[in-house]
Amino acid sequence: MLNNTVALLGGGAPPEVGDFESIATTTVGAGGSSSIVFSSISGTYKHLQIRAIAQGSGVATNWSMTFNGDTNNANYYSRHLLYGDGSTAGAVANQTLVGITGGSLAPSTTSMTAANIIDLLDFSNANKYKTLRVLAGYDTNGAGVALLGSGLWMNTSAITSITLTPYGGTFAQYTQFALYGVK
Amino acid sequence: MPKTYEPIATYTVPSAQASYTFTSIPSTYTDLILVADMSTGGSANYPSVRLNGDTASNYSRTYINGDGSSASSSRNTESYMTVFGNQITASRVNFIMHFMNYSNTTTNKTALSRKNDASGVMGATVHLWRSTAAINSILIGSQTSDTFSIGTTFTLYGIKAA
Repeated sequence: MLNNTVALLGGGAPPEVGDFESIATTTVGAGGSSSIVFSSISGTYKHLQIRAIAQGSGVATNWSMTFNGDTNNANYYSRHLLYGDGSTAGAVANQTLVGITGGSLAPSTTSMTAANIIDLLDFSNANKYKTLRVLAGYDTNGAGVALLGSGLWMNTSAITSITLTPYGGTFAQYTQFALYGVK
Repeated sequence: MPKTYEPIATYTVPSAQASYTFTSIPSTYTDLILVADMSTGGSANYPSVRLNGDTASNYSRTYINGDGSSASSSRNTESYMTVFGNQITASRVNFIMHFMNYSNTTTNKTALSRKNDASGVMGATVHLWRSTAAINSILIGSQTSDTFSIGTTFTLYGIKAA
């Protein structure tokens, strides 16, 4: 964006570069998938965004994110969720689950999917803990949940890999996770 | 690296009007983002969206709201994709709406919206359109024949995954 602004102020055409770039996309095939991993993530971006449609193999549930292979939940992960399930607005912490809740999985009914958008901020900074926010949910015309979340990984390492795992079952066919980098 | 987040079209309301429609939306992106910054002619116009001209009850939503004193959640089946299902009270409000995998023809379409009324209700909503058709038009309108005021802007962006 800065480069574009400088170019415009200088009277020239903005350069054909992206400030929001696609890094990788994974689409789940017919057999389903127990987890999805984005690895070798470049530190050349400032922030990351994950955008996904997702369906599980059973009942509706959520999915988790862990970073750099760290599964030591007791020491490193914290999360708070605000949700609305169609009748109640509530809040939970889910401290007993591994990793950070990344979003929702629609149940394995018809062709409905959950929508998930996660922003990981300053992910490659090696001097501070990593924070993220979540906007997610699913609706199946009779059931559903809208979800807002925050997460903290108490580690100063740059994030180089992200593992996405359902809290139960598998990711079903047509689930798609796309990872983007923001400069 | 190619650009992946691009403006498709933007529209500024020149004088009060009841609706605006983005048409001929290309299918070359993965997600669409609709950004609306608006004021209205009345106070109860319930800004909403319809896709591909579908006026049947093929939409539903689950939402969480906060009105400054309490939080609530509810669910509706409806003939609109309702963004503000409540009376707008601020002189100016906005919403951002994400249409996920809008051009695939296999799944029903799910969207996420965040609405912001600084003196009324803010909240998050997950929307469902029970159709496997690719989204090729988006109408932003009112459920009460109210109007959007001059200066209201609607901008549509496309995001393309690798």
